[in-house]
Amino acid sequence: MDDKQITLQIDHHFVTVPEGTTILEAAQKIGIDIPTLCHIDLKGTCIKNNPASCRICVVEVEGRRNLAPACATRCTDGMAVRTSTLRVMNARKIVAELILSDHPNECLTCPKAGNCELQNLALRFNIREMPFNGGELSPRKREVTASIVRNMDKCIFCRRCESVCNEVQTVGALGAIRRGFNTTIAPAFDKMMSESECTYCGQCVAVCPVGALTERDHTNRLVEDLADPDKTVIVQTAPAVRAAIGEEFGLQPGTLVTGKMVAALRELGFDYVFDTDFAADLTIMEEGTEMLDRLTRYLDGDKSVRLPILTSCCPAWVNFFEHQFPDLLDIPSTARSPQQMFGSIAKTWWAEQLGIPREKLVVVSIMPCLAKKYECDRDEFKTNGNPDVDYSISTRELARLIKRANISFTLLPDMDFDQPLGTSTGAGVIFGATGGVMEAALRTVYELYTGKTLKSVNFQAVRGMEGVRRSTVDLDGFQLKVGIAHGLGNARHLLEDIRHGRNEYHAIEIMACPGGCIGGGGQPLHHGNSAVLYARANALYKEDAGKTIRKSHENPFIKTLYREFLGKPLSEKAEHLLHTHYFNRSI
Amino acid sequence: MPDTKLPCDVAEKVNAICQAHGDNPGELINILHEAQHVMGYLPEEMQRMIARRLSIPVSRVYGVVTFYAFFTMTAKGKYPISVCMGTACYVRGSEKLLEEFKRVLGIDVGETTPDGKFSLDCLRCVGACGLAPVVMIGDKVYGRLQPVDVKRILEELD
Repeated sequence: MDDKQITLQIDHHFVTVPEGTTILEAAQKIGIDIPTLCHIDLKGTCIKNNPASCRICVVEVEGRRNLAPACATRCTDGMAVRTSTLRVMNARKIVAELILSDHPNECLTCPKAGNCELQNLALRFNIREMPFNGGELSPRKREVTASIVRNMDKCIFCRRCESVCNEVQTVGALGAIRRGFNTTIAPAFDKMMSESECTYCGQCVAVCPVGALTERDHTNRLVEDLADPDKTVIVQTAPAVRAAIGEEFGLQPGTLVTGKMVAALRELGFDYVFDTDFAADLTIMEEGTEMLDRLTRYLDGDKSVRLPILTSCCPAWVNFFEHQFPDLLDIPSTARSPQQMFGSIAKTWWAEQLGIPREKLVVVSIMPCLAKKYECDRDEFKTNGNPDVDYSISTRELARLIKRANISFTLLPDMDFDQPLGTSTGAGVIFGATGGVMEAALRTVYELYTGKTLKSVNFQAVRGMEGVRRSTVDLDGFQLKVGIAHGLGNARHLLEDIRHGRNEYHAIEIMACPGGCIGGGGQPLHHGNSAVLYARANALYKEDAGKTIRKSHENPFIKTLYREFLGKPLSEKAEHLLHTHYFNRSI
Repeated sequence: MPDTKLPCDVAEKVNAICQAHGDNPGELINILHEAQHVMGYLPEEMQRMIARRLSIPVSRVYGVVTFYAFFTMTAKGKYPISVCMGTACYVRGSEKLLEEFKRVLGIDVGETTPDGKFSLDCLRCVGACGLAPVVMIGDKVYGRLQPVDVKRILEELD
């Protein structure tokens, strides 16, 4: 962007901005909140949708005959803008009323109620009746997948989901089809999402302003399980949840609420409250050992070994490469995700110790993610039809359940996780942010490879929000080259390079969502504010810094698990319980 | 819709069309236009093939195909029938002609008879208004038709 500065007036306030700034951005700079609907710009990530199609953000520009969309009109020097004249307010209200004219009146039972941007606008514009009786839309497709619920009758055609699915994630599952009144957003050939390339990353759900795309809700099922005296119900919580759920209770983004979250889960009636971070440490033991094994064999000249090794913790990422890169199925680590490792160990080692039969044990996970719901459902993670993890509920669902159970979250005391599956290291905590899995792996790989103790466990170079980051780590003379990508579009670039033999890395970490799991499709909605994501990531690094043990291989209960049950990483038992295989699912 | 693999010669032709346009996604509409001539319609497999060649999501190809009325995903009949709905033909009774075609063939506009012989469409003016109402069957123009003629013409073609 040009450095040239220009000055304009918005509602009689002077503001100076760089050339190229939109009226919307200039207004935000001086605290004038012009309403928007289709627009989203998650600064610092590549999530952006700017079609200027909804016309909610119109403003008056002096000397211009028509109203201008603030999101798509660039400021000019000396421009005079009015954002709240009678003409503007009436126009905005009519635009909203027209959008509402064919919108289903289902707010009372809509899963988005209270968090719906259209509902908020109706309230803000003081819309008290529906003046337009437009044509009724013919009913569109409804679909309930393992992760996502699609109700296209509620779609307002903002195209945010389409931008995210195609431009950001490059998945290409959702797009506009047909025209005019018959338009709908759907996979190609109007198929079901479950028959498309959809990875269930849930980023479409994270940006949908209304109730057209929402998560598959399992809270009713959970309430029933918790009330069943014959069942032992245990829970695992992913790292990113503790850095975000406070937002649902009015706390500042980035407020760590680990202890309150544990207390709330106890209040809800879980028999044991465990931590996915424990399984993250376990993942590092398996994935890190696999990485070292592949690396050593590669350096010894074993031609059957392909590098780089790719992380495999993220189920949307797994879906992505199974669909789009079936020729590279041998490259990702075979390690299961922490969620699945937890389920596997809980329903074998732990359940056997307590003498709980598999059928009476319900393992629930709290995840920032929607793809995890689908992952629980995969056949390879079931024993005789019984899943290792019974089901997964998102951060948002947990917050709703806590409110439903009359728990005053902010007044709860801080409590600790149960043992042994609740003890984790700082390495497990940072799994929730982009770069965190790689950093955790480096802490262990360095010490196992060199036999030396790390001077500092902080690998600053792999942290941050840049789409693709690279770093070289000195392993006692051997230069280990690592890469990190978040967002599937960034991942695609790296994979295309690998496919065409242009690889510079030994190991790559990939997370599907912007910022990693902290920006997951199941998290409290960011409403386009990327500061929320930065705050959540910082919270995880803060929790890591506050831990006494910060390396996975030093987790005492991980050591016990290997000593008493698994033997060593990559042992036959570990391969059976903690590793998986991938399928060619190209369409 | 049938999810058939494309015959080799069709695939070759479609590949050649894409190549002639430099596999450029910006040329999608032109490519689809030419590709539709290969089989008379754009089956799912052909759209997938074009998407792969141009490195764009198939949802985008399908979006364009369903946006423009010119593109069709239904196989045309051996005898594609197009009834002119232009002003001149319309005022001279082409709507009644169309109704008669629908009745006799038992299909709606945009459909093809189950035996694959006839398909029915509308068009706007072929520049033969002096012969209104006009019907095109394949490349042949039939002028000054009355509903009573419909059955005879279809039987002649059959």
